[in-house]
Amino acid sequence: MITATINGIQVSAAPGTSILKAAHQAQVKIPTLCHHPDLQPTAACGICVVKVKGAPNMARSCCTPLAEGMDIVTQDPEIVSVRRSILELILSNHPNECLTCLRSGECELQGLAQDFGILQSKLPKIVNERPLDDSTKSIVLDSRKCIHCGRCTQVCQQIQNVWALSTERRGLDSIVAPAGDIQLSESPCVRCGQCSAHCPVGAIYEYSETETVWKGLMDPGRHCVVQIAPAVRVSIGESFGFPAGANLTGKLYAALRRMGFKQVFDTNFGADVTIMEEASELVDRLKSGKAPIPLITTCCPAWVDFMEKFDNDMIDHFSSCKSPQAIVGALSKSYYAEKYGIPADRIFMVSIMPCTAKKYEIVRAKDMFSSGHQDIDVSITTRELARMFKQAGILLPTLPDEAADSPLGSYTGAATIFGETGGVMEAALRTAHQLLTGQEPGQLEFEKIHSLEGIKEMALEVGGIKLRVAVAHGLGNVQLVIGKVRAALAEGKEPPWHFIEVMACPGGCVGGGGQFWGVHDGLRKLRSNGLTADDRGAKLRCSHQNPDVRKLYADYIGNPLGGRAHQLFHTHYVARNQYAR
Amino acid sequence: MPENSASMTEKIQKIGSEPDVAAAVRKWRKKRGSLIMVLHEIQNSRGYVPREVALYLSRELGTPLASIYEALTFYHYFKLEPPGKAVISVCTGTACYLKGSQAVVDEFSREIGAAVGASTEDKMFHLQCVRCVGCCGLAPVAIVNGKTYGRLTPADVKKIVQEWRDHFKDDPA
Repeated sequence: MITATINGIQVSAAPGTSILKAAHQAQVKIPTLCHHPDLQPTAACGICVVKVKGAPNMARSCCTPLAEGMDIVTQDPEIVSVRRSILELILSNHPNECLTCLRSGECELQGLAQDFGILQSKLPKIVNERPLDDSTKSIVLDSRKCIHCGRCTQVCQQIQNVWALSTERRGLDSIVAPAGDIQLSESPCVRCGQCSAHCPVGAIYEYSETETVWKGLMDPGRHCVVQIAPAVRVSIGESFGFPAGANLTGKLYAALRRMGFKQVFDTNFGADVTIMEEASELVDRLKSGKAPIPLITTCCPAWVDFMEKFDNDMIDHFSSCKSPQAIVGALSKSYYAEKYGIPADRIFMVSIMPCTAKKYEIVRAKDMFSSGHQDIDVSITTRELARMFKQAGILLPTLPDEAADSPLGSYTGAATIFGETGGVMEAALRTAHQLLTGQEPGQLEFEKIHSLEGIKEMALEVGGIKLRVAVAHGLGNVQLVIGKVRAALAEGKEPPWHFIEVMACPGGCVGGGGQFWGVHDGLRKLRSNGLTADDRGAKLRCSHQNPDVRKLYADYIGNPLGGRAHQLFHTHYVARNQYAR
Repeated sequence: MPENSASMTEKIQKIGSEPDVAAAVRKWRKKRGSLIMVLHEIQNSRGYVPREVALYLSRELGTPLASIYEALTFYHYFKLEPPGKAVISVCTGTACYLKGSQAVVDEFSREIGAAVGASTEDKMFHLQCVRCVGCCGLAPVAIVNGKTYGRLTPADVKKIVQEWRDHFKDDPA
């Protein structure tokens, strides 16, 4: 252990601990801007400077390791003045558009400017004027507001291994953009939105479609229905004073009804259907050997985009099953429409997702028009929903709990854990057990695959079959897993796993690119706990036990993987070759 | 041309067999940290680094295109567009600057109608500033395609530009 003094307080920390971290352990907060707990420190901004006795210059505490005997001062008038100067310099290249900025009130730069009482810009303003890039229709890049903290490029390159964003040019001219200043839609971008979730300011945000939703709700000719994804229910509260992870399912249903939706459905219903199909697919592959092993999940649209671009040699390994969002969309304009005699073209289906890539998924392939119409009309993120609630004056905290509408509203515990890493795997294993043995599974919980560890592996026996499964989240981790599968297949060896769950965002959808700003492992864990508790407390915890799902198959679909199921619940993938990352 | 199109893929493939690209890749492929050297060789052989070459290098060297462009756009030495036929390099090193080279730069820019670091629309001229070309006694200095002009004043600019217009007049862009 290394011992040192911070503001006169004795601290000890493991070798390699940064001054910043050691200070936090001693309840000393050092202001930061470019620093993010998910990422490697880069010392880009300089806000975190401290004085180390005997050193000629101030040190950036984020990337200076604590050394034996250091005597550190984190705040005095001179340090405050240096930090103010740094802020003034950053502000001199930042447009004064707080009033019309999406991040206003939740902007880390704005917060610091307030804390440091910056009341006027003393320096001449030089803003790098550049057009918005909204070419992906999922995320918007406003490079003018960029403060060059480097978070988005690091998350895009190192965590997600996508390499869509890079820092180009130098000095005042530098910009964050795809290689060679092309549009994001021409780049390898998979629309995961992690850049937006990590941006400290309003330089990257979701392609907002709240206006489209309001228009739909105002149109008397449309019958508006809505679905909410699992991860939204445990994070929406953060915008209304609830702790992260608070499960607001009932209040959300009530709020959506007050907004004007005629029917409130739940994406979780679709998740139960996904499991019916995907578990059947797994069992089919294990037994018949007609399609190759491993089977890889496809609920995550950023991952599907990534696979079509970079891993399209693995298409045969992909589950052809659509995501829960797409399934509820398809059913709302077929099953529900027919059951209640509502013309499908009158239905306006809105999905509320923790995700920016879901905006792309709804038009990804012609299979997304399986009802004969665009199955989902518009997909908005958790952040957009929170704004709409505020616009509508909906007091979420005080609303009574209500129930979702039949026939696409009920769900089991297996469905709700779709929003967290390991959840889809756990849900699929429960139903796979029933399919393989004809008996209800004894073991429902697999703690091993629930952690925030990047890659999780497990071996188990289901119905006499020895299964090896892997769970990966964060596309960089996913690449490692896919690489091992590819290598084994190339050598003609048995692949290391039978079934692989993939979620593009670290932590899964709870950490999705459309969730509230400032995500980190602490928040991911809390939101994840909220979903796990929803499952652990549920009466029915296996997708095949959902009575409405059983009824759907009995009355309308027939068997999983059957003709009707294929028409509505399955999709195709194509290679979309991209330039090498 | 979309970069995932078949014709682009073919174009990228073909570029790999062009002598300068093939030689640069052969020479540096196995050495870590050699991106800048490869880019230098391409810049020197072609006067700029075309996108197709960057795409090919990315694939062959296993270096993300993003990293290649981070390097290409960081160093002024590299160009992404073909430069003009006559490259005007005006020295803005200390001696030349003190002797008034900024006024010379401004006059060149006005005369050819292109900003510093840019080429004229007809690709006749490219204007750039360089730091100290090693003949401070002649300050302020400009070099056009290897020919040196010393002790310049803005009044000299028009003549130099005309000289190179005449030089290339039978060689349309």
